[in-house]
Amino acid sequence: MKGDFIQNLGKIYGLYTGGFLLFIILMAILEQAGVSADTIGYLFVGFTIGIYALIGVLSRTMATDQYYVAGRQVPALYNGMATAADWMSGASFVAMAGGIYFGGYGYMAFLVGWTGGYVLVASLMAPYLRKFGCYTVPDFIGTRYGGNFTRLCAVIVLVVASFTYVTAQINATGTVAARALQIPFEVGVWFGLAGILVCSMLGGMRAVTWTQVAQYIVLIIAYIIPVVWMSNKSGFGLIPQLAYGDAVQRVQELEALHQVGVLKPTEAFAGLKALTVPINAPGETFIEKWKFATLVLCMMCGTASLPHVLMRYFTTPSVRAARISVGWSILFIFLLYFTAPALATFTKLSLLDPNLATGIIGKSIADVNALEWVQKWTAVNFLAVSDSNGDGILQINEFFMRTGIVVLATPEIAGLPYVISGLVAAGGMAAAMSTADGLLLAIANALSHDLYYKIIDPNAETKTRLIAARILLLAVGAAGAFVASLKLTSILGAVAWAFDFACSGLFFPLVLGIWWKRANRQGAIAGMIGGFLSGTAYLYYVHFAGGEPWMGIDHLRFGMIGMPVSLVCMIVVSLMTEEPDEETQRMVDAVRTPRGETVLASSH
Amino acid sequence: MAQADSNHEAHWQRTKSLTILVLIIWFIFAFGVHWFAPQLNSISILGFPLGFYMAGQGSLFAFVVIIFWFARAQNRIDEEFGVAEEENEDE
Repeated sequence: MKGDFIQNLGKIYGLYTGGFLLFIILMAILEQAGVSADTIGYLFVGFTIGIYALIGVLSRTMATDQYYVAGRQVPALYNGMATAADWMSGASFVAMAGGIYFGGYGYMAFLVGWTGGYVLVASLMAPYLRKFGCYTVPDFIGTRYGGNFTRLCAVIVLVVASFTYVTAQINATGTVAARALQIPFEVGVWFGLAGILVCSMLGGMRAVTWTQVAQYIVLIIAYIIPVVWMSNKSGFGLIPQLAYGDAVQRVQELEALHQVGVLKPTEAFAGLKALTVPINAPGETFIEKWKFATLVLCMMCGTASLPHVLMRYFTTPSVRAARISVGWSILFIFLLYFTAPALATFTKLSLLDPNLATGIIGKSIADVNALEWVQKWTAVNFLAVSDSNGDGILQINEFFMRTGIVVLATPEIAGLPYVISGLVAAGGMAAAMSTADGLLLAIANALSHDLYYKIIDPNAETKTRLIAARILLLAVGAAGAFVASLKLTSILGAVAWAFDFACSGLFFPLVLGIWWKRANRQGAIAGMIGGFLSGTAYLYYVHFAGGEPWMGIDHLRFGMIGMPVSLVCMIVVSLMTEEPDEETQRMVDAVRTPRGETVLASSH
Repeated sequence: MAQADSNHEAHWQRTKSLTILVLIIWFIFAFGVHWFAPQLNSISILGFPLGFYMAGQGSLFAFVVIIFWFARAQNRIDEEFGVAEEENEDE
């Protein structure tokens, strides 16, 4: 049965994709037949979560290598899709286009950083970690350097980085669920968690892999259809990603016309922003260029150290497949990321261009307030229109929006049918759920495999280990949902922090563990503790204690402090203490050679 | 054993050279081009200002190409030194 499934993946997911497209058409017919927008949204979210849950239940397992690494038989292409879904979070899906809309060129540092990091994953990490044969990232650190304390340090960094990230994802699932199902946010969060856990509880990595592939298909269709539709409507053809260059130039003219960046807002609405940054104004000064480069670097090194990404490459059948799988991952991520700036540009164009029916800047306030989508999003505090200067005309500094609205409301702004909005809601849900699943599993697996099995009870039986893994998954998920329901952090801030935590504590211990034989236990411990504590202390100083950022290194870039400290600590302490023993050196040699058995036994 | 060691050493040298080459190209697309974005913007490509294009699409595409190219180049090195994994059809 299992063998059949792997051999028939193409057919199964082909049918699934066809089925999903049919479902979209069915919804469009229902909309024409007069079914309400709310019902369509409900059906979209309900139907897709139902499918994921079904996959999750069918993939249940009681074998450790299935639970931790999906039996190491996921083909490179499908692992690429699963990684793309694992990777692209609610923030990528909902907030990225909005970020480019408001932040322009400067925000695109995230695009560069979150893709370029995969070059580091492919060349420095993934194939070697696959050869090592570990179940989790701390499993590598603990075995390569030896010692329970080393392992524990890695577990702590992993938990802090991943937990900061997962609360934002559960928050996003809660937001989507709350709106699509018309329930309060605090209930939506728990509903979202239930959906996430159904996918991962019974089958661990195996179940998460096959649901993530399904989620990728939903999220990429949901992201691209509205953009292609909008582009086609406004005369830019069916491949907007290649054709929006003229739109960028037109937006630049319109921004000059509407005085974007010159007119500053004189009022403030909580959580909403007015447009003040032009789309294409790269910094001219050293400090501005430095800020772009440092953000790129932190996001890249964070990508290469985040355990929920790295552990996806433990599931491929071979080292060779792990390498090529990184290529598929970034190709599938690229499909969404190169669409986001196109979406941001079209949204800007439709709002700013006075020649278009959708243009609102420069129109009378009364006309704008009469628009249906303006009323709808104002009612939920996602949007505000205010005649600050009292001239009855809407200026650029009088129109306020929330970042997420660019993706969520664009179909309505451009006048697309409601079925598209329902589709977008399902896509956002898929993006947030798949990332949350990967993160929760990374945390729970580190706790169950490294903390419980390797450190606390090495004699535990397989059954006990897998039950402990599930109890921990439930507990970590509940803790995440509880924190998310408190609404402590904005979505983006928390996401960037996860990357900074990860690169501060784990980047150099991972890289040097493979690339520098001389790196030893004392050095790795110093690197993890030094990097993690200095980074965290700087974050506290700059974000909570009101400190002045040094060299433009603000709270989004605190990895710029943690990483160098980690590197120096690790090298100095390694050189001051004795060389690793013969056995460790041989282990490193084995990791560097693709042929042969994995360093750790296939089931351990 | 000595021969196996020298083969391993030679394989690792080639692997290191490839990795360094990959990292140099990576550095150019990750940091190099964006440093000169204001200057690049005066050039137009496919209707885009080039500086904007590189951050919004060009660099990302370069990363995709680099990784696929790297995977192939590394496979060739592994085969040349006889350390590639046994053939399987799992890809």
